[in-house]
Amino acid sequence: MFEKLSTLALQEYWWFIISLLGGLFLFLTFVQGGQSKIWSVRNEEQKDLLINAIGRKWELTFTTLVLFGGALFAAFALFYAVSFGGAYGLWMAILFSFIIQAVAYEYRKKPGNFLGQKSYEAFLLINGTVGIFLLGVAISTFFTGAAFKLDDMKHLSWLGSARGLEALANPFSILFGMMFIFLARTLADLYFIFIIEDEEIVAKMRKALRVDFGLFLVFFVAVAAMLLTKDGVGYDAKGFYIEHYKYLHNFLAMPAVLVAFLAGVVLLVAGVVVNFAKVCRRCFWLAAVGVVLVGLSLLLVAGYNHTAYYPSTADLASSLTIQNSSGSRNTLITMSYVSLMVPFVVAYIAYVWRLMDRKPLDEDEVEHDVMSY
Amino acid sequence: MNIDMSLVDWSRAQFALTAIYHFLFVPLTLGLSFIVAIMETVYVTTGDEKWKEVTLFWMKLFGINFAIGLATGIIMEFEFGTNWANYSWFVGDIFGAPLAIEGIMAFFLESTFFAVMFFGWKRVSKKFHLLSTWLVAIGSNLSALWILVANGWMQHPVGMHFNPETARSEMVNFWDVIFNPNAVNKFLHTISAGYITSAIFVVAISSYFLLKSQKLQDFAKRSILVAASFGLITSGYNILTGDSSAFTIVHDQPVKLAAMEGLYKGKKGADIVAFGILNPEKEVGDKKEEFLVSVSIPRALSILGYHKLDAYIPGLDDLVFGNEKLGIESAASKIEKGKKAVAALKAFKEAKKANDMPKAKAALEEFRKYEKYMGYGYLNDPKEIVPNVPITFYSFHTMVGLGLWFFVLMVVMLYKAMTGTLSASKTWLKLALYSLPLGFLANELGWIVAEVGRQPWAVQDLLPVKIATTHISTTSVMITFFMFAFIFTLLLIAEVRIMATQIKLKAQGGHNV
Repeated sequence: MFEKLSTLALQEYWWFIISLLGGLFLFLTFVQGGQSKIWSVRNEEQKDLLINAIGRKWELTFTTLVLFGGALFAAFALFYAVSFGGAYGLWMAILFSFIIQAVAYEYRKKPGNFLGQKSYEAFLLINGTVGIFLLGVAISTFFTGAAFKLDDMKHLSWLGSARGLEALANPFSILFGMMFIFLARTLADLYFIFIIEDEEIVAKMRKALRVDFGLFLVFFVAVAAMLLTKDGVGYDAKGFYIEHYKYLHNFLAMPAVLVAFLAGVVLLVAGVVVNFAKVCRRCFWLAAVGVVLVGLSLLLVAGYNHTAYYPSTADLASSLTIQNSSGSRNTLITMSYVSLMVPFVVAYIAYVWRLMDRKPLDEDEVEHDVMSY
Repeated sequence: MNIDMSLVDWSRAQFALTAIYHFLFVPLTLGLSFIVAIMETVYVTTGDEKWKEVTLFWMKLFGINFAIGLATGIIMEFEFGTNWANYSWFVGDIFGAPLAIEGIMAFFLESTFFAVMFFGWKRVSKKFHLLSTWLVAIGSNLSALWILVANGWMQHPVGMHFNPETARSEMVNFWDVIFNPNAVNKFLHTISAGYITSAIFVVAISSYFLLKSQKLQDFAKRSILVAASFGLITSGYNILTGDSSAFTIVHDQPVKLAAMEGLYKGKKGADIVAFGILNPEKEVGDKKEEFLVSVSIPRALSILGYHKLDAYIPGLDDLVFGNEKLGIESAASKIEKGKKAVAALKAFKEAKKANDMPKAKAALEEFRKYEKYMGYGYLNDPKEIVPNVPITFYSFHTMVGLGLWFFVLMVVMLYKAMTGTLSASKTWLKLALYSLPLGFLANELGWIVAEVGRQPWAVQDLLPVKIATTHISTTSVMITFFMFAFIFTLLLIAEVRIMATQIKLKAQGGHNV
């Protein structure tokens, strides 16, 4: 089946999968958003309730991030080598925040936990703010690129002064990171409204939603404006070139992607705004679908339509595209067959999610469950 | 190419550090998940609430261990990119695939059903909960399958060819990669080792309960019955897979085998050293004795490697200096040919850049002639092919000794559990308790044999470790090394303390906490 596709079609197919994973990850960052809000409630019981609500989902976010990395390694190994090897400081900081997250839920309230409850809660906060901000900065480099060179043997020379942390001096990247933080917090507000059976918490989250979503909108509009007016790196048979308004052109050249992006924005806004007027538990899912569509379309715009998805600001010819950085045709075909499992995986996740979340979570359940965090 | 050996060593140290920490937790996850699933199966089929209590306690310890396994695991995947960028490009086309499949097939299975296993007791039916527990166990073990397929490929690269145009190895046959005998044996041996470690973990802690608490006699006996049965079957199987692993090493990695056995001079009808103290002054090529003291099993190595009494097993001297009579090529000759391959590849790339096609064609022909030696072209000294012999030798022999002890321990503990004589056997209960760290030690030693034994190669005969690193400052790697050493140590202390507290509370109160 996949053997009949051209190599370019296979590369596009794999970029689509990476983009979809990116969109799903973006949605699942409601876990990080929730971690940044655990001190916003009145007492310890309510804090436990918030932590147990997101604590039942944190591994999905973690796993999606790992798969995002694994899929990039398999399908676009050169990006894996260049970005992770080059932006060493940035990625290590991100990974560090996920290491401390992984133990925080389980160890937080266990007797004899050595570091104390507050330390583990601080770990959750660091991951939910600094970690997600840095991840946003890292993702923004799909548009800003980085200063690197590749020789004929694809050996990497990184020219950035701070091994990736130099992106923190780029206003676009900072806005992107901030947008990530407030999107995660907005989604967390919606998830808490969806899953928690506690009027006080729900009221508090509806109130917080106005602030979180308002700030998200500010950063989102700024990022969108900068992106649509931004130069990008295009390529053709002759080589690479700078193209003004590259990402705007990409949206216009790919109407389906533009429609997905706009539909995503509308769904997200709708999911939030309805909650301003009344409690709407299921609006979480409207916003979720919206965020997946926005994340998907942004990454498609970064890599499709003959665009360098990881431009080199030091040597244009070293820029990475889905064509020059991909795995071999044989590997892409093999992996494409493996990708047929993805709908099955999504189906069982959806089934289990539905089963586990069909009844809201309350303080009583958290208090009496011996396995509670 | 300029190589900064301090960078290589620090990168190596960082990877070793994360792997050693990660491998402390993984074996317990692999086996304890099945032990818990078996216990829950008994609970669901019998409806006996005492089995639920047993299940819940071990499940809680499983969860504590699982969390830190994830923490140390995430860094390992991304370290291939951050610290081994050249490696990632050189073999990413083959190595990346199993990692991605691991994510799709295993990680989601684990993470989705983990939530049901822990928080679904009152939200799903008993049967669906049991299914979830089994799926977590299967997911954990599938994860091990794919990462060991990737590791097996590094030990014995198959199903690929080198593409000079892209300057990387590319996959040509996925099935060869998956069914690589090295990978299959490595998987079976590693998971069975993990099962034994978990069985010892349960037996040891249950023995502690039997020694300390009258209230927990029934709880502990039930736990031992399941764990010792599981441990006995898997330790027998582990011995068999150890034999198969050694068989593949004889053929695919003869230098590693020679280091494992401290074999410097090859011989027909080679012995296996059952016990030995290496001569610390012995070096490759000299005439000194290999051992200060040794006890050997005659001809056992030849039987193991070739299933023949008088098969010739090459020693390190043969492999470094060559043996013309037996057709064993010297490392020096391989290095010379490897340098020709590297030079031809460079000439090919330059000719292509200059659009000089005849020259490119000639360079490519030259390259193909010496291609299989390319990895050797980056070595300078023939002795570089020899790994650290004492570390490999002692790790291997200690691991084997421990493996045999575990078999005996499981036989005795199961026998005593079945005959009702366990509580009276204080000596055996203490021996079981003191064996708790030995399971973890045996796993780490096995890992050391596999990884130190294949040095200097990142990918056997293809890519030396020193060429595989990311070109970053040594200081950057030193900083992250100490950062990880610090945080992993803190988390390990936390994990051990939490587990110990849970065990003590159980011993005191007799209820899950």
